[in-house]
Amino acid sequence: MESYTIIVLLLAATLRVATPLVLAALAGLFSERSGVIALGIEGMMLGAAFAAAAVSATSGSAWLGLGAGVAVATALALLIAFACVTHRGNQVVAAMAVNIMVAGLGPALALAWFNLGGQTPQLDGAGQRFGAVLWPWAQAAREAPFPGLLYAELLSGHNLIVYLAVALVPFSAWVLYRTRFGLRLRAVGENPHAVDTAGISVTRLRYEAVLISGVLCGVAGTYLSTAASAGFVRDMTAGKGYLALAAMIFGKWKPWPTFGACLLFAFTDALATRLQGVTLPLEGVVPVQLILALPYVLTVLLLAGFVGQAVAPAAIGVPYSKEK
Amino acid sequence: MSAVPSMKLPRWVELGMLPVINLAAALVVSGLVVRWIGESPWAALKLMTDGAFGSQEAIGYTLYYATNFIFTGLAVAVAYHAGLFNIGAEGQAYIGGLGTGLVGLWLGHWPFWAVLPAAVAAGAVFGAAWAFIPAWLQARRGSHIVITTIMFNFIASALMTYLVVNVLIKPGQQSPETREFAAGASMPGMHAMLGKIGVPFTATPLNLAFFLALGLAALVWVFLWRTRWGYAVRVAGLNPAAAVYAGISPARVTVGAMLLSGALAGLLGLNELMGSQHRILLDFPGGAGFVGIAVALMGRNHPLGILAAAVLFGALAQGGSQLSFDMPRVNRDMVVVIQGLVILFCGALENVFRKPLEAVFNFGSRLAARGKTDR
Repeated sequence: MESYTIIVLLLAATLRVATPLVLAALAGLFSERSGVIALGIEGMMLGAAFAAAAVSATSGSAWLGLGAGVAVATALALLIAFACVTHRGNQVVAAMAVNIMVAGLGPALALAWFNLGGQTPQLDGAGQRFGAVLWPWAQAAREAPFPGLLYAELLSGHNLIVYLAVALVPFSAWVLYRTRFGLRLRAVGENPHAVDTAGISVTRLRYEAVLISGVLCGVAGTYLSTAASAGFVRDMTAGKGYLALAAMIFGKWKPWPTFGACLLFAFTDALATRLQGVTLPLEGVVPVQLILALPYVLTVLLLAGFVGQAVAPAAIGVPYSKEK
Repeated sequence: MSAVPSMKLPRWVELGMLPVINLAAALVVSGLVVRWIGESPWAALKLMTDGAFGSQEAIGYTLYYATNFIFTGLAVAVAYHAGLFNIGAEGQAYIGGLGTGLVGLWLGHWPFWAVLPAAVAAGAVFGAAWAFIPAWLQARRGSHIVITTIMFNFIASALMTYLVVNVLIKPGQQSPETREFAAGASMPGMHAMLGKIGVPFTATPLNLAFFLALGLAALVWVFLWRTRWGYAVRVAGLNPAAAVYAGISPARVTVGAMLLSGALAGLLGLNELMGSQHRILLDFPGGAGFVGIAVALMGRNHPLGILAAAVLFGALAQGGSQLSFDMPRVNRDMVVVIQGLVILFCGALENVFRKPLEAVFNFGSRLAARGKTDR
């Protein structure tokens, strides 16, 4: 294969790998901008992945699966908000509780319902998965390498959720910076007392933010089990929620830089997958474990702040109480 | 501030009653999940209790699992006192176990009394080393320690898979395991030790490491509440600003507490590898690092509480595996669900039951106070 084709395919793969990261990172962004630590996105995604695959497998409709995924992730978000906002519990502990609980609950329910050793059945029927959307003349355009291949592979041929994720980046930026809700959301993460003094409910704003993050995680989880793969398997998020969070921190809690960080992660991942089994000139065959560990190593490196200090919202992780 | 005179609960309610209520709530929700799956919660509870405490063998296995959870629970608690949430006990136990396992492989022909200190030192050093980078990054660069320790769990897993599959594997063998340790690297079993003093006990994996874990719990108590360093850890954890005024460096406490935490988690290999498996194999911590979070939270980060919580989770692990034999629709993932629920109710939702309890006890104490003034 010539290098141009390789690059185009690599970029297309990057976009597909980036999709759940982008959705999860935006979820984290809304939650953390309101002052609630978003470690729970891992569990919300995993829960949605299971619910979407289970419902799609039994009903035969990926759209019903999406509904179930969003419903479950939102319910988990509600639980986190109940613990952290209403009862002012420790936000990190609440998130980890949800993550661990969901990691057990998915396989436990899958075993009881489908009896396939903790997985859901393969989704191979028509309409059970989100399939590729072919743009007009994509097949014909493939014949002409440039820009035809670019059009056919990079722009066309992804599923709906990929396009949704990309569209949500400017939309989130608009909501955060150009709407009244966005202004209040940013304010409540920096100085909840000021927001409270202005007569706006801190509790309500934080609930809204956490619920938004639940909906986004629902879509991300659904993507994992019904679009990127064909069914739910144990621990299928494999830390993607934490990667997304790292991308968000690297992106300094702003939509566009966060999107860029997600693309960087995804590109590394796509590149690593390509390198699997390839013999490099000096090193020989790269161990598969090194390739698998690469995104995690990259996360640590990015968090180590070799690229400048990141400043979190001032009130993050602090439960709000009127008395102080 | 609030108008109610004292919102504090009596000590026995705070340390005894509240955890029991939170645990009960977690178990009730777990029971609902079992019912949802289509099995009887009562039957499941009975099977689990019998499986965990019904015989000498059951008790031996329960305490054997509990030993792992004491190590990881203490690890999480020490970090927690410094204000750090160490999610990385799993990876630290994995890498610490590598240290212990290497001693077992290379020095196993030594007599046991010489192997043991080497194995303890190697486990502690390897575990601490694995905790060091996240700790340093937190202290110096402000990198969120929760995320970095989680990443180090994944990296540990990849590294160990590489080492076991490609480097340490016993030659000419398919399954990813090393060769067996020589006899000197084998922890004396509880049945052997009790047998020597004439007490019969069924052969189980329960071994000397259990007593080491109990000793460590005492040492951790002494460290936290009876030494200068422990005091510094607790001050920095409760109020970093006050710590700075008192001349304590929060950055140094962060690194020191995490090194200690990693070392404690790293000793898990003494029980799991030298006590039971006698070789290095894949994924031997088996989630004990995450159980340690639940154990520490339930035990209120106090060594005594951790011992009690570790036995409880040992019983859940042992009873849970018994349960999956007898109820094929329930598997060991159910135990993970219960862990998550315990963390949720004992950690995140602890205020839910505290407020009503405070109301009850303050009402009581106000009545008592009025009784005194009337007289």
